[in-house]
Amino acid sequence: MREELLAIIERNSRIDLKELAVLLGTEEAMIAQELADMEAEGIICGYHTLIDWEKTSKDKVTALIEVRVTPQRGQGFDSVAERIYKYPEVQSVYLISGSYDLMVILEGKTMREVASFVSDKLSTLDSVLSAATHFIMKKYKDHGTVLDKKKEDEREMITP
Amino acid sequence: MRNPLSEKVVNIKPSGIRKFFDIASEMKDAISLGVGEPDFDTPWHIRDEGIYSLEKGRTFYTSNAGLKELREEIANYLYRKQGILYEHPLKEILVTVGGSEAIDIGFRAMINPGDEVLIPQPSFVSYEPCAVMAGATPVLINLKAENEFRLTAQELEEAITEKTRILVLPFPNNPTGAIMERKDLEEIAEVIIKHDIYVMSDEIYSELSYKEKHVSIAQIPGMKERTILINGFSKAFAMTGWRLGYACGPEAIIEQMIKIHQFAIMCAPTTSQYAAIEALKNGDEDVAEMCTAYNQRRRYLVHCFKEMGLECFEPYGAFYIFPCIKEFGMSSDDFAMRFLKEEKVAVVPGNAFGDCGEGYLRISYASSLENLKTAMGRLAEFIGRLRA
Repeated sequence: MREELLAIIERNSRIDLKELAVLLGTEEAMIAQELADMEAEGIICGYHTLIDWEKTSKDKVTALIEVRVTPQRGQGFDSVAERIYKYPEVQSVYLISGSYDLMVILEGKTMREVASFVSDKLSTLDSVLSAATHFIMKKYKDHGTVLDKKKEDEREMITP
Repeated sequence: MRNPLSEKVVNIKPSGIRKFFDIASEMKDAISLGVGEPDFDTPWHIRDEGIYSLEKGRTFYTSNAGLKELREEIANYLYRKQGILYEHPLKEILVTVGGSEAIDIGFRAMINPGDEVLIPQPSFVSYEPCAVMAGATPVLINLKAENEFRLTAQELEEAITEKTRILVLPFPNNPTGAIMERKDLEEIAEVIIKHDIYVMSDEIYSELSYKEKHVSIAQIPGMKERTILINGFSKAFAMTGWRLGYACGPEAIIEQMIKIHQFAIMCAPTTSQYAAIEALKNGDEDVAEMCTAYNQRRRYLVHCFKEMGLECFEPYGAFYIFPCIKEFGMSSDDFAMRFLKEEKVAVVPGNAFGDCGEGYLRISYASSLENLKTAMGRLAEFIGRLRA
């Protein structure tokens, strides 16, 4: 049941216990317990909202930064990653296989703000060898949801 | 001028859905729970394979019975899913234009004038007219709500005569959502074998079974050799528009079906056949995902009907639920029409699937949970007014 429950709330974290119990064919108390357990176990890490900021008046830019670093003796990439993720403007940090080491996703108000973060804070860290910044120009799909357009039901109204 | 029409065809009643369709289609803002096909798109990797086959210029006919690789994959699939072994897929499997074609040519290949075909109802609208056009006398078996619309051995026994040739077995069932479990099948198999009749088992909804894994009558000992098993890609893989199904059965019957198919159809669409190979090879996860979604919606509707106090057995198959509306003292047609006009929700009157469906509605849950919620809210209001 866990995976089915997770799959539902991954798409809709606002769904209430009663409805979850109906959809999964179980009791509300069971669901509440399962959710509490998974929060405690760190399986459920948060309940976020997917927002298309483009449609608001708030200015926001997102950048993907490919960072190459020197791993540190005894700690590998963990301590560099930690140094980077402590900045609140950093949304995500991933260790990546391939031609660079860390993928850093950054949000800022303007491109200038992001650029200054990269040059002043990120690149100046001792273990950072290089940083390549890519700005996101348009989000088509995020977290499995298409942001652009709603799909219409084109099926016939009644079919046998 | 002389009358150009065939009496046999003129005498066939038009589908009961038609009239309702015309009215519902005018109401663009209505929510439709009257749709007999998945609301999902065909999974992308399957569509992609169809597109790729076009890019490669695979725009030719295939062999009449279908691509060799596809028939072999169908055999693998049936063995993997149900343990039914068609050892000679090239002789025992025919790829058709949807399950519908298989129904038509299956009858035509097996029926002699005056043969009786047993058709349990409520069921899909095509069996009766196709049997009539093939020259058979259809004999209807009215399934009962108290048996959860399953076919019982006694009902079968009572309907069989000297002339009975084929039993149509439409489970999981459209429109009731009923299933036949192994023990149900074993009981009727005894009767079938005793009277030496054949079965046309329409298992198009086999993947959508929510209680236990679907059991085919062909799995029951002694039955595979007297069964034409019909299945397809429409419901399981959300591929209705690709028009692709198949029939499996004894070589002697399939051989004759291929003959009709060859002259009437030539071959099933090539693009669809290539896409279908991909569906069978790599589609299990998609099927499981869609099935989980349907099952959640099914539970939701069962819950809603219970709360509304609407009489309804719990369906375990397909994507339909079949509530009883006899308490309101109106016909299925009237109920559905008023519900459409007053609440803008389209459902299908149960009698469209046979006279014994009168007093019931077919509600399809091949629609998003959001739609179902809105529609159930409106249904609660509507029956609240009727009961007031």
